[in-house]
Amino acid sequence: MTSRYLLGRVGQALLVLWAAFTVSFVLLQAMPGDAILIKFQNPDLGLTAQQIAEIRASYGAEGPLWLQYIHSIGNFLTGNFGYSVQAGVPVSASLAAHLPVTLKLAMLGFLLASIFAVAIAFLSSLAPFAWLRSAIQSIPSLFISVPTFWLGIMLIQIFSFRLKLVPVINPDPWQEFILPVITLAVPISAPLAQVLVRNIDEVLTRPFVAVARAKGATRNRVLWRHVAKNALLPTLTIAGVLFGELIAGAVVTETVFGLNGIGGLTERAVGSQDAAVLQAIVVLSAAAFVIINLIVDLVFPILDPRLRTNPGAAA
Amino acid sequence: MTSLTNPRVPVLEVSDLAISYHDGGAYQEVVHGVSFRVEAGQVVALVGESGSGKTTTAQSIIGLLAANGRVDRGAIKLNGTDISRWSDKQLDTIRGASISLVPQDPGSSLNPVKTIGDQVGEILEIHGKLRGKDLERRVVALLDRVGLSEPEFRARQYPHELSGGMRQRVLIAIAITLKPQLIIADEPTSALDVTVQKRILDLIDELRREYGTAVLLVTHDLGIAADRADRVVVLQGGRVQEEGSAIDVLASPRSAYTRQLIADAPSLARSVTRAPATARLPDESAPADDIVVVEQLVQAFRRPGTGQPPLLAVDKVSFRVRRGTTHALVGESGSGKTTTIRAVVGFQRPTSGTIRVDGTDLANLNGEALRQFRRKIQLVYQNPYASLDPRQTVFGIIEEPLLNFGAVKRTERRAKVMSILGRVGLPEATALRRPHALSGGQRQRVAIARALILEPQVVVLDEAVSALDVTVQARILDLLDELQQDLGLTYLFVSHDLAVVRQIADTVSVLRGGRLVDGGPVAQVFEQPGSDYTRELINAIPGRNHPVFA
Repeated sequence: MTSRYLLGRVGQALLVLWAAFTVSFVLLQAMPGDAILIKFQNPDLGLTAQQIAEIRASYGAEGPLWLQYIHSIGNFLTGNFGYSVQAGVPVSASLAAHLPVTLKLAMLGFLLASIFAVAIAFLSSLAPFAWLRSAIQSIPSLFISVPTFWLGIMLIQIFSFRLKLVPVINPDPWQEFILPVITLAVPISAPLAQVLVRNIDEVLTRPFVAVARAKGATRNRVLWRHVAKNALLPTLTIAGVLFGELIAGAVVTETVFGLNGIGGLTERAVGSQDAAVLQAIVVLSAAAFVIINLIVDLVFPILDPRLRTNPGAAA
Repeated sequence: MTSLTNPRVPVLEVSDLAISYHDGGAYQEVVHGVSFRVEAGQVVALVGESGSGKTTTAQSIIGLLAANGRVDRGAIKLNGTDISRWSDKQLDTIRGASISLVPQDPGSSLNPVKTIGDQVGEILEIHGKLRGKDLERRVVALLDRVGLSEPEFRARQYPHELSGGMRQRVLIAIAITLKPQLIIADEPTSALDVTVQKRILDLIDELRREYGTAVLLVTHDLGIAADRADRVVVLQGGRVQEEGSAIDVLASPRSAYTRQLIADAPSLARSVTRAPATARLPDESAPADDIVVVEQLVQAFRRPGTGQPPLLAVDKVSFRVRRGTTHALVGESGSGKTTTIRAVVGFQRPTSGTIRVDGTDLANLNGEALRQFRRKIQLVYQNPYASLDPRQTVFGIIEEPLLNFGAVKRTERRAKVMSILGRVGLPEATALRRPHALSGGQRQRVAIARALILEPQVVVLDEAVSALDVTVQARILDLLDELQQDLGLTYLFVSHDLAVVRQIADTVSVLRGGRLVDGGPVAQVFEQPGSDYTRELINAIPGRNHPVFA
């Protein structure tokens, strides 16, 4: 991997971030009304038009659009995400308060989804009977067709209210996450499992598997030592793409379970047209997405020797 | 050679073996009561064309039939013990230890994400022979034994860093690690260049003699069987057609099928059946009518980021082809033969040099003129399975070029397609079929029909018969010959197979590493090779030194 390749990839990542910022800026400005009007035009406050104009100026909401654009991009570059009009606190403080919950949910959810996917794929490939195999392989289709909000409600119904396994009132910080993480993991695991099942089937037909069997390797050994890595590698690319779904899933899941994360923050910010908060969330999500995919791209050559450029090796 | 009266138990005795495959609903038998035996230290060749059941039989011996296959009856006795009904668990103990496998395609037969050393070492690990430093030393010794240079370095490399021949050496190293009594070599060299093929077969021979291992050599190539085997078993449609010592079978074949196979094998051709190539060349005194003229062709590819100078895929290659004759471009992988023809058909611009086809300089052609030029020169590709659109009917495939070049009335198009179908020897009913319903030979006939529908003057055949069975190959070569005589076509025939070239070509250019190393009329190149490389290529043709055919 050359440093030129690395620079190119980082450059692409920055370009994507800039595009995300600009598009969301334009869209948010194009909406009629804004957070200041929603909050301060309330007749109960009895503010005059001039007072509102002064407030607007203090938030930097006056002036031509291009000036505001330059202004806010400059602020973002220096780490200043502006003020949340609704909450009256800096956006960065608001994010700092909500981010850990979402981060924990997303990471645990992704981890569990990976475990589900690998378990489904390898169990189906080890299944001794054809009927068991097809039963296990039909799980992903079921998982993918379950709506997140419905699954969340069903899980609460069954595990909290009927079986009383997970408390809903005053749960400890870990108990609180059990059901949301499952809810989030189920739909994410489905496409991963499907791709993995297909990859395993495909790798099993390759001639090197027959060669490994001819060495006297058992089915299990072939599956773990030869098939696993070859089947998992292509799955890694879609894992990067699935991160987008993870964010979307987290918003719904947090709402269903009343978790106070980025999802809840987004929901409230949309309701009050809190542009600064939304802008920051969009850029943050884009950054996370870009970084995850960048990592996937950079990790690939380490895992797959075929992608390493190794001058002189062909001798 | 061991005679049949030897009282010792043979290493392998297959008797009345029947195998069937599950295909949707029912089991269909594909191997019908095959029997043969392999004595210790013997090489037995299992010869047959695709669908003969040779690979299925070989797979069943090592217990690696596809999941939908099963042994219906018969016995596979290894040293007197019937293993045909053994479970996987039992078979695991003998696989690698008593029977091992040298597979067909070295390109995909090694795990791409594990090092060579790991993959050779694995067999020792599985059978609990060695570990740690001893294992590593043994692996390096094995790699050294099969002729790999710098074995310590190779052990740390990955498969993609090795050439096809080197990978096959690694696979052979794995197969001999535990000194098994029987090695099943399933078409071990069919994916390799002819000179590499010879070296690999020599290596297998040498190791067999050293270790006293018996070899079951599965091959479609009678020439290889003639060169390497003590005994030959000829299979057709899942039945043994003939069995006997290699000399007997090849010198006095008893079955009609074997006789046909021998007659069709280009490498065994005792006499050239076709009119001598040189006889059909116009007099030297006649005014030269060269339809394809390639002069000082250079094709360079830049290698950005590597800091290396551009790769010269083709380096100052010149040749001329007379109208109505066949010119062969011969060479191994990387010789530049494909790059050369891509330039000749106008797919890519030469870095320098000139190409004239029927008087037109390709350098002056652009856009529409270049497109119209393609009417004159058509391509037939190597792989008849990949070069036809699976969703179109045969009629649609052959008709398409007509639609691309001007308006031809529907009735006229129909008449043209039907007549060309007849020309290439396909029944009219074929027109409504799709490629998957056709055999390899039929598909290649469709590809030829598609090339001919525009009435081109030059047809470029890129390894067009390499993927076909010998008997099918012989029929396609006959067809090409007939079409040339009737239509006055000029062929540019690209091949790695000198035996086929000797049969079909009038003149030949031998390429190596992008350079022309030899060229001229075929008879002259074969009788007085102008380079060591040509000589090496000729010597590598299997079967040619066999006493029966000498």
